[in-house]
Amino acid sequence: MLSDHALRLKSIEYRKKILTVIRSAQAGHTGGSLSCVDILNVLYNAVMNVRPENFGSPDRDRYVQSKGHSVEALYVVLADKGFFSEEELTTLSKYKSHFVGHPTRKVPGIEHNTGALGHGLSFAVGQALAGKEDGRSYKVYVLLGDGELAEGSNWEASISAVNYGLDNLVALVDRNGFQITGATERVYPLEPLEDKFRAFGYAVRTVDGNNVAELRSVLREIPFEKERPSLILARTTKGKGISFMENVAAWHHRVPNDDEYTLAIRELEDAEIQLRGEPWVER
Amino acid sequence: MKPAKANLEVFAETLLELAQRDRDILVVTSDSRGSGKLTRFGELLPEQLIEVGIAEQNMVGIAAGLASAGKKVFAVSPACFLTARALEQIKNDVAYSDHPVKLVGISAGVSYGALGSTHHSLHDFAVLRAINNVDIVAPADNFETQGAVRAAVCHPRPLYLRFGKRPVFDLHNPDSDFRIGKGITVREGTDLTFIATGETVSPALSAGSELEARGISCRIISMHTLKPLDEECLCKAARETRALITVEEHSIHGGLGEACAAVLMQKRLSLPFRIVGIPDEPTVSGSQLEIFAHYGISTKGLVDAALQTLAS
Repeated sequence: MLSDHALRLKSIEYRKKILTVIRSAQAGHTGGSLSCVDILNVLYNAVMNVRPENFGSPDRDRYVQSKGHSVEALYVVLADKGFFSEEELTTLSKYKSHFVGHPTRKVPGIEHNTGALGHGLSFAVGQALAGKEDGRSYKVYVLLGDGELAEGSNWEASISAVNYGLDNLVALVDRNGFQITGATERVYPLEPLEDKFRAFGYAVRTVDGNNVAELRSVLREIPFEKERPSLILARTTKGKGISFMENVAAWHHRVPNDDEYTLAIRELEDAEIQLRGEPWVER
Repeated sequence: MKPAKANLEVFAETLLELAQRDRDILVVTSDSRGSGKLTRFGELLPEQLIEVGIAEQNMVGIAAGLASAGKKVFAVSPACFLTARALEQIKNDVAYSDHPVKLVGISAGVSYGALGSTHHSLHDFAVLRAINNVDIVAPADNFETQGAVRAAVCHPRPLYLRFGKRPVFDLHNPDSDFRIGKGITVREGTDLTFIATGETVSPALSAGSELEARGISCRIISMHTLKPLDEECLCKAARETRALITVEEHSIHGGLGEACAAVLMQKRLSLPFRIVGIPDEPTVSGSQLEIFAHYGISTKGLVDAALQTLAS
């Protein structure tokens, strides 16, 4: 089991790889991948029972990325877990590559094809229901974007998840506050979001979604309540980790140029040096 | 001759029988168990019927999730809503993601004739034909329905089954063979072929009988599977008879007729050809049979169409 310190180092490594992959493909969703990568890091390295060797097992934990556009974060984490080689990511967005700009099951380790928003939660409800039916103990984790919550189908699925008492379902909302046009609260106001989820019947926790220790600790408490689906409102920063990308809507799917890429990698290297030099920050 | 049962009833009975022996068969409905004749199924196998409520998008997404975990899932909802409201879920969560859900469009076509166009599904063949990885089956009678439901259980790909709600006549001999993707020649003939699908096979057959009495030999094909289309059966008919008429309870755009025309043109098979279906206009109101008669999907209408086509 990785320590929180090791997880933090991994997040830095993942961020570098995300930028490298996007830079190489000259396409990708930079801001959203950077906001959600700590969540994926903790899920895959500290929480979920899923790895290449057990991916065919009916007992594996499931991860559904409903905000499919942040696929670069998922690809980087899956490569690190050994589902495929990192080298394959150089084919991202290239002719005949399975590594397209949204998750597909042609890529090892991916449960469901996503990309159109508002689909993942219903699918996850189905997977969780099947787990209950079969008496299996797996959990289904689904990552939702906040902009995505404008799709009404999420709320249909929420009513079902609560109605069926799916305490094996964990919805995580990457609440970075931005969508392609700008701040979510200006485009399609969602607040008070936590109240909405509670009113729908979820057991809700709000966390700092870029803090791996907090994420791990809250995910250890799943299910928050018996016979209720859990919802983690993960407050994150879009473009997290790169000063000039943070909270800038333009970085939704902008590709860094040479200078920006160099600067971003330098910021991540600085953060890494600082982290390695400060082991006492470990809790 | 009295009609047998509605295909929907036979669907529900067959599914109940199969589900009683197979715990992995699940039905997912959108407040539609009554319309789907599944009330008894729900009473006898309550744990195998999942009610989603009036939320077709959610229903199809949940069905895909269940199928991904190995369940044999029948997602049952009125065809008009299933194939329009939930079309993106069908396209992405079922077809593109390749989770073999059985999508069951009930009270299809103009079964809900008098309820108006909101409740008609005259677009479903067209939209689903254009989506990769969905097979499409519209059974004509109780025999085909039973065969289709049995075949559906272990069908390896996503499948759309389309059923009407009016009792229909039995059209087949008991020794007929139903296989998805294989058209059934209900009657042999040499002058003209009617290729029909779903509940329009019956009027095609009765038009064929009347034409026989006038000395015109008609081949009647039940093309229950629109996709994959039985090209061999179609081309054989085009080679062996002088004219061909397609009949469907669907818009004349994008359905059986255009599917057949595309094959014939590309195979350079040229013969007098006509598509009978619902024209591109606001659909007239009335019962299913009144709407059929209005648009010539009737014994008289099809006899007239045959005479005109042969004379052209």
